[in-house]
Amino acid sequence: MQKLIIAAAAALTVLGGAAFAQETIKIGYIDPLSGGGASVGEGGLKTFQYLADEINAKGGILGRKIEILPLDNKTNPQESLVQAQKAIDAGARYITQGNGSSVAAALSDFITKNNTRNPGKEVLYFNYAAVDPSLTNEKCSFWHFRWDASSDIKMEALTSYMKDVPAIKKVYLINQDYSFGQSVRADARKMLGAKRPDIQIVGDELHPLLKITDFSPYIAKIKASGADSVVTGNWGQDIALLLKAAADAGLKVNWYTYYAGGAGGPTAIKQTGLDHQVFQITEGFANSGHQPAMEFEKAFRAKVNMSLWYPRAVNEMRMFKAAAEKANSLDPVKVAAALEDLKFEVLDGGEGLMRKDDHQFFQPIYISSFGKLAANEPFDEEGTGWGWHLVSKIDTSKTMVPTTCKMTRP
Amino acid sequence: MLELIVISTLNGLLFGMLLFLLSSGLTVIFSMMGVLNFAHASFYMLGAFFGFQLTKWIGFWPALLLAPLLVGAIGMAVERYGLRNTHKHGHVAELLLTFGLAFAIEEIVAMMWGRSPVDYRVPALLDFPAFTIFSTNYPAYKIFMLAVSIVIFVALLIVLKRTRVGLIVQAALTHPHMVGHLGHNVGRVFMLVFGVGSALAGIAGVIAGPALVTQSDMAAALGPILFVVIVFGGLGSLPGAFIASLVIGLVQTFAVALNGSLASAFGPLDPSAGPSVLTDIWNVTIAQVAPIVPYLLLVIILIVRPMGLMGTRES
Repeated sequence: MQKLIIAAAAALTVLGGAAFAQETIKIGYIDPLSGGGASVGEGGLKTFQYLADEINAKGGILGRKIEILPLDNKTNPQESLVQAQKAIDAGARYITQGNGSSVAAALSDFITKNNTRNPGKEVLYFNYAAVDPSLTNEKCSFWHFRWDASSDIKMEALTSYMKDVPAIKKVYLINQDYSFGQSVRADARKMLGAKRPDIQIVGDELHPLLKITDFSPYIAKIKASGADSVVTGNWGQDIALLLKAAADAGLKVNWYTYYAGGAGGPTAIKQTGLDHQVFQITEGFANSGHQPAMEFEKAFRAKVNMSLWYPRAVNEMRMFKAAAEKANSLDPVKVAAALEDLKFEVLDGGEGLMRKDDHQFFQPIYISSFGKLAANEPFDEEGTGWGWHLVSKIDTSKTMVPTTCKMTRP
Repeated sequence: MLELIVISTLNGLLFGMLLFLLSSGLTVIFSMMGVLNFAHASFYMLGAFFGFQLTKWIGFWPALLLAPLLVGAIGMAVERYGLRNTHKHGHVAELLLTFGLAFAIEEIVAMMWGRSPVDYRVPALLDFPAFTIFSTNYPAYKIFMLAVSIVIFVALLIVLKRTRVGLIVQAALTHPHMVGHLGHNVGRVFMLVFGVGSALAGIAGVIAGPALVTQSDMAAALGPILFVVIVFGGLGSLPGAFIASLVIGLVQTFAVALNGSLASAFGPLDPSAGPSVLTDIWNVTIAQVAPIVPYLLLVIILIVRPMGLMGTRES
């Protein structure tokens, strides 16, 4: 018996050694997989796993396969750092995260410090959704790359569109009470004030992040304010439940949102009957009309059984591969250098640029509205029969905003 | 403004009644056994998940009946095989038992149903606006929740105040030994009360699940506020719990509806001082602090009247 165990142990060691020789590229995925942010976190995880499979099926990156390590941060900055350390200990040299700018700021800082302390063992941080402008301005870091348009880029585009809608007279702002929500509210006030000084801001609400289970008190307040439009950066359950409460109360306003397309949002919009009155600003959407993107969407839906919320994740993973191949190395420092000023054809068409100055990715931005589908729009959302429809496209060159970033380079 | 007041009152009443469904069981259990049941909110969560699962299998209405019975049975089992055995080791052991139970239930629920919210929907029969006040719809389901809570409140009151069972329960609250000497099985009374308390939490879970969010952290989110309710109302006092539930429900809802801040009351601070921590505090609105208002109330009541609103003893 004892011999058998020794033999088995020896066999395991050999097998383990063999597995070690063709080691995978580990990417730590740190996002909420429990609590209020879980619905979006799980959606993101499925997206990255799909993208990893796609690249692996074509031989991986430089012959090595990608492995996504799912790590639950409960949308908590402190917990995220524990998970980041766990990822690094497990051998991950790349970390990706998106939900929560408070988390992103903590991670960016943690990874920057980690890289100074451990030369030769640097870690890169790919941010696919945390859009607080400070991450590419005063808090910018060489080790942080952002693929989503920052909040001020989105608000610039959104207000440029709102400027030309004369029906907007009274606007209500409702946002989550943390760095991102506060920047949405400040940007909206500033930009609306500059572009349409006649618009009245009739409400400016901040509510706790991912803690509210019933938004009806807030909806009653919006109703009482007499607003005709609501601007919100809410995401995750905070947008789905907000729209659900609006549907229950029969609130009829126009919604200008960042993330109405997330889990639960489309169902609630259909329930309100607000046909093409909910707008969303994204770097791509299902019915964009760009052929390769629509084929990707079709294959993605068939396999993962959800719509693609994160076209930017596709750009992120494909650019990672392009940069590693350009550098002919998987060393994070070399990949980072190759990513700088890298131009790339994005999923939904058009050229994007990873700006060297602040590591912000610039790409075409779309405003779309949710409602009944036209004949050439094949994709609906959450089985509602309604889908996203193109309202306005903003080219890459018009999204370039200045940066104050002064980056310390290795 | 009137519209806001009416809608907020309705929302506040509804939240308050839901809190009462939960806190009534908790406070009765406390006054009987002297144990703060940390797992009480977990029974509420179990109610929501059982409701969700049974709705899928047999429909909402049978689930509304069955799920609380199941939760009540689990509650009785916890009392009979858990609390009764630890009772001889004192209150701390009992407290720790319920504390551990709360974590265990949360993990089991997460294992069975996952950590993200489940799709627990309002039954089609009640999925319509009940009435429209000043152009705001009020969902029929919320009226239904309110009705269920009121029916249970009245039933509880009648059972406790007008029946023999209620008499024995009330006597056992204060004089368990005397009740035992009179030939009643006090152990069984405790078990039944624990079961009924858990079942009440179960009902709250079944009806609140579709309106709020059914997910594995819902117990942890609601637990602390329950303790506020029973301490505020006075430990062991049912009328106290009732008043405290309504007060906290209304206060929390109206706090959201108010816009006042120190800045709007006394004017903005001198801008030349520049942004600082003080300007942040100065500009915080009542709506922003709404979630902590109940805890502030808790602190104030403990300072001013440590036995709570209707409490009779200081503990």
